[in-house]
Amino acid sequence: MKIRRVALNIFAWTIALIWIVPFVGVFMTTLRPLDELIHGWWNFDSFHPTLENFASAWNHPTAALKKGMVNSLIVAIPGTLIPLMIATMAGYGFSRYRFPLRKSFFILVVITLALPQQTIAIPIFQLMNSLNLIDSYLGLILLHSAWGLPWITFFMRNFFTTIPVAAEEAARIDGANDIVIFFKIILPVALPAIGSACALQFTWVWSDFFLALILIYSPDKLLITQRVPLMRGVYNVDWGLLSAAAIIVMIVPILIYLLLQRYYIKGMVGWSLK
Amino acid sequence: MSRKRGSKYAAFFLLPALIMLAVFVIYPVGRTAYISFFDENGTFVGLKNYSKVLTSREIIDLSGFSRGFPLGALVHNIIWVAIHLPLTIILGLSLAVLLKGVKGGSIIKSIVFLGMVMPMIIGGVMINFMFDRNLGVVNAFLGLFGFQAKSWTVYPDSALLSLIFGSVWLWTGFSVILYSAGLETIPKDYYEAAKLDGAGPWKTFTKITIPLLKPITVVVATMTLLWELKIFDIVYVTTAGGPGGASNVMALQMYIYAFRALDFNRAAVVAVILTLFTLLVSIPLVRSVRDDER
Repeated sequence: MKIRRVALNIFAWTIALIWIVPFVGVFMTTLRPLDELIHGWWNFDSFHPTLENFASAWNHPTAALKKGMVNSLIVAIPGTLIPLMIATMAGYGFSRYRFPLRKSFFILVVITLALPQQTIAIPIFQLMNSLNLIDSYLGLILLHSAWGLPWITFFMRNFFTTIPVAAEEAARIDGANDIVIFFKIILPVALPAIGSACALQFTWVWSDFFLALILIYSPDKLLITQRVPLMRGVYNVDWGLLSAAAIIVMIVPILIYLLLQRYYIKGMVGWSLK
Repeated sequence: MSRKRGSKYAAFFLLPALIMLAVFVIYPVGRTAYISFFDENGTFVGLKNYSKVLTSREIIDLSGFSRGFPLGALVHNIIWVAIHLPLTIILGLSLAVLLKGVKGGSIIKSIVFLGMVMPMIIGGVMINFMFDRNLGVVNAFLGLFGFQAKSWTVYPDSALLSLIFGSVWLWTGFSVILYSAGLETIPKDYYEAAKLDGAGPWKTFTKITIPLLKPITVVVATMTLLWELKIFDIVYVTTAGGPGGASNVMALQMYIYAFRALDFNRAAVVAVILTLFTLLVSIPLVRSVRDDER
């Protein structure tokens, strides 16, 4: 029995090792000069760590991540807050009111959850073009907001159906109208769920590549994810530079995940399991 | 629980979302479907675009089965599903069960989940890195068995498969997390009762764990299928669909038609085909919502 237990533990940590080795590799590749990497980053015959690669990715002449980080924040913050507000209201509406076609509308929202971004790409490009919103963050923010609505609405609606309506009924008897009730009573109760949705939506907007690819074109406006492919050469990949870029771009969502792990996982599981 | 009164309030809560969805999602979907039936001059051509796309070598290339990759974007997507989906489910379920009884299991879970947390464009960089000739751990590992080191993503024979196995590495965290959450919901008495009846670990696993986790498996399979069908970033950044289309996928081909070849009608066809697949996949999801709303 004991041997089996030890074996299982060893096996589990081997799995963990498989998953973590690429991260260690990217990290080591970033920290070490090119000539130390020829025999593999796992070879430590000589070891001269340097932060030079981080600096060159951060201040890259054509695709500086410094600028990309700012640009991505300009898009991701409103691209998180706007849909969060609108979809929390919608989720509440779906959970509390009866009206004609309610079920059809809700199913429509669920179906839009499944759509690939490619399905809307051409008309969105044409629409944004006619509104003069190509290469503008406003267009991209609006699009991210709309694209985030289905899943946040779905998620919040499922959350609201678990909240008893007694407090709302009491407030109504005291003469409060539904809008006041929503902002004064419901929103505070919903904060943990909103936190989950916030962590995930921010991560997804930050990580988005395709929507930015079809809407943002000026080199200085490119978002952080758009700058990464520009950093790999055509024939010779500068792995030190690319690894540094990868770490800088992924550190933001990973920090959010590590700091808000409980909310993050709850969002992931709750959203998937109705 | 729901109230009937105050439908003006219902409008207040719902209209902003519905209007935004209508403008930025529903209308574009309809418009894409619409232009898939027209040529570039705006003349209605029926299903001609569809037959053109479905017979083009970028989408389905049956001669590839005797010659080797590429087999066409649609076939590549199907291969992706055929390899990635079973691996995701098996790995997710077995790791969730394994990690439940292991010291530090939740730390290992977090580590495996890291692949899910990073932007997929970085996921692609990681895959390239893993399969790189000099720096890749895959070569270091295979080298132990005497394999010649190479950059697996740059050869037609191995490009697609490298990306698929790399994407398993990225996505497994999702199914592990979901199955772990599912395992928490199974009452302990079930296992104790099984033990009293003399059932071994394997029998407990197949007779209790798997059947009780079936709803989770449906969710995992649905979400994983949707992810596989929508694969774009990973391919774009690693191989751009190459070499010679050997790792191309539908979502990328749509982008190439639309924004490289500027052929919106053919791109719309690819988008519609892709959408039909995703709608098919989301049937269980829609069904569960419908029953829930009754």
